Amino acid sequence: MRLPFFHRAATFEHGIHPVYHKETGALPIRRFPFAPKLIVPLSQHIGKPALCCVSVGQEVLRGEVIATADGTMSLPVHAPATGVVEAIGLMPAANGKMVESVTIRVYEADGQEVRVSAPRDIEAMDKEELLAAIQQTGISGLGGATFPAHVKLNPPADAVIDTLVVNGAECEPFLTCDHRVMVERTQDLIRGIRIAMKVSGAPRTVIGVEDNKPDAIAAIRAALPADGSITVQALETKYPQGAEDTIIYALLGREIPAGQRPASIGVLVNNVMTLAYLGRLLPAGEGMVERVLTVAGPAVKKPGNYIVPIGTPLRFVLEQAGARSSAKEIILGGPMMGMTVSSLDVPVTKGTSGVLAFAESTVEAQRTYACIKCGECVNVCPKFLNPSQLGLLAAKREYELMAEQFNLDRCFECGCCSYVCPSHIPLVQQFRIAKAVNREKAAA
Amino acid sequence: MSMELRTSPHLISDRSVERIMKHVVLSLLPICAFSVWQYGLSALALLLVVTATCLLTERLLNRASGQASTLNDWSATITGILLGLTLPPAFPLWMGVVAGFVAMAIGKALFGGLGNNVFNPALIGRAFVQAAFPVAITTWVPAFSAQRFSEFVPTTLTAPLMMPPDIVGWVKQQGVDAFTGATPLARWKFENVTASAHDLLTGVVTASAGETSAILILLCGLYLAARKFMDWRIPVAVLASAAFTAWMFQLYDPTHYPAPTFVLLSGGLMLGAVYMATDMATSPVTPVGVWIYGAVIGVVTVMIRYFGGLTEGVMYAILLGNALTPFIDRYTQPRVFGTRQRRKS
Repeated sequence: MRLPFFHRAATFEHGIHPVYHKETGALPIRRFPFAPKLIVPLSQHIGKPALCCVSVGQEVLRGEVIATADGTMSLPVHAPATGVVEAIGLMPAANGKMVESVTIRVYEADGQEVRVSAPRDIEAMDKEELLAAIQQTGISGLGGATFPAHVKLNPPADAVIDTLVVNGAECEPFLTCDHRVMVERTQDLIRGIRIAMKVSGAPRTVIGVEDNKPDAIAAIRAALPADGSITVQALETKYPQGAEDTIIYALLGREIPAGQRPASIGVLVNNVMTLAYLGRLLPAGEGMVERVLTVAGPAVKKPGNYIVPIGTPLRFVLEQAGARSSAKEIILGGPMMGMTVSSLDVPVTKGTSGVLAFAESTVEAQRTYACIKCGECVNVCPKFLNPSQLGLLAAKREYELMAEQFNLDRCFECGCCSYVCPSHIPLVQQFRIAKAVNREKAAA
Repeated sequence: MSMELRTSPHLISDRSVERIMKHVVLSLLPICAFSVWQYGLSALALLLVVTATCLLTERLLNRASGQASTLNDWSATITGILLGLTLPPAFPLWMGVVAGFVAMAIGKALFGGLGNNVFNPALIGRAFVQAAFPVAITTWVPAFSAQRFSEFVPTTLTAPLMMPPDIVGWVKQQGVDAFTGATPLARWKFENVTASAHDLLTGVVTASAGETSAILILLCGLYLAARKFMDWRIPVAVLASAAFTAWMFQLYDPTHYPAPTFVLLSGGLMLGAVYMATDMATSPVTPVGVWIYGAVIGVVTVMIRYFGGLTEGVMYAILLGNALTPFIDRYTQPRVFGTRQRRKS
């Protein structure tokens, strides 16, 4: 229960308090060396894949465009290193699918400075020019959603945006890359926010940061402009504080109507890393060639936050961070919503916020019982669904009933229900299956 | 390196069915100990025999249905202890065996085991023996009799399928003078004498093995609630609604109806509110539903006590609440995030 008088940090109702393991939050960002080969997928964003504009055997410079955007819902791809194109073709991506990718053999002797740059005067640019420039940076949502930044910052014409929400919650356990970026790249972040405000027309910005990152809150507060248009607000440390619905509710007290986007209530949400990269790359006229990500987990000897070139194979990432031979489960993203990979030959992409290595699964060892109707899942679901009821229906394969009467489609798969279930029923996993079956039925 | 593939979440909490149930068992131990201290060997034997019967029945039915053993989820242990606590301390052991068997076989296994049962198994067992052995289940013995640790109450050792002997002579022999053989509720109902709140709180009264010390039950319940092994809202709702109903009646006719404190502290209300109504499998899961469920149990308990033919009402009130649970859950689904009616402006 929430007691308003004992509660200073903003938050939402329900949710869980997993063990956070944010030890890497105190370590400065370090740079990774280049892997001998980089595998650069041409589809690292939601939308149409980019069109390749290089050929096998061609030399490419770090920062050079190697694939161009194919329409509005697409992003260009930049060469993450200077080298030679060794292959162009289908390569396995993290989700197991085959994706058109450019393989670059990196020139080891090269200094790997970004040579392509044309600084811009962002003050002089209008909205359309800024949008085009944002698309050219190739930035997609760096929190993991990989929605093209220029599309997200350009809401429908009928929506009036009054607030830009900057998501610095970073509520997933282990991940600390957003945290470090807020501490070390505060100026980039503020610059990115300025650009985002100009493009979206939002007159004010609220930055939400969980209260387990006091140094990030302090760093941002010290860099805020005097005009008061940008504020920072401490959020309670709780999962899934960083989901769009929950962070908007926590900061502004507004609920996104079911099935609608934040723009319908005058809000845009952007992740801090996305805006920090925007503030860094756009004025410099550069493209996205690398990103900060967290490498951590019990099976990593040197956990930390690293700048990793896009396309670096996970095997190389884990070698550099000293993965133990006991590492068995490799997760991209956080442990609550991230996905496991079947191969270490898949590359880091723009959406990779973390690479976590676990020696053994806590999930698998547990015995599953029947639902004892303890109601814990109902008490934690941030969407106020009834996972217990949904789970009982899923066991009977009543997938349509789940959607029609129990709001299955409102579930955004945060996994709180599976986390708390004392019977260890894979609730959210069942819901994903149910949603997929319903989608297939609807498409048929 | 072989990679494990699994979908998120990749972390789970340390809560588990075994852990919850184990803590419920732990929290029941002080109540058992108090009961044994009060009633001696007979109560001890009853608790052990009933619990053993429940475990054995569960195991036999597991085997009969070809399942793996479910004993290590601790739920059968809870049912056994709770059932034992609801019976009179000198209840014939063979009848305790019947109660335990019915609780597990009809109350639980028939529905499909843990989580699928509609009614609290312990109460099903208790309801059965209440109907089958009406005399034995209303035969009470005095607490703190001198020889309680050296000899059994004669009824305890009644031969199977036999009716227990009359114990009036035995009670006299124990040197207990003023023993009437009536519980505080019965004395109120039939003689209009209410026990003192102090006696009820501390539990120095004639009653079932585990429904004596209200304060001890409350403390054990507090532990469970604090550790989140129990939904605190259920006992609060049950006790509050029972107290409110009793208070209304007392306002109407203070000479006829007892004080709310008497209603709260006497009989099985405390044990029922804290340990029976809160049975997870048979209580609602929705936050609003839990309040309604608790309120129904509280009101119905008082109604049965005041107007029913029985002195006690908690058991039937909870069974009624259990029956209503699916219905309550159905009509108290939480309001889904994002569906708040927007103010028309």
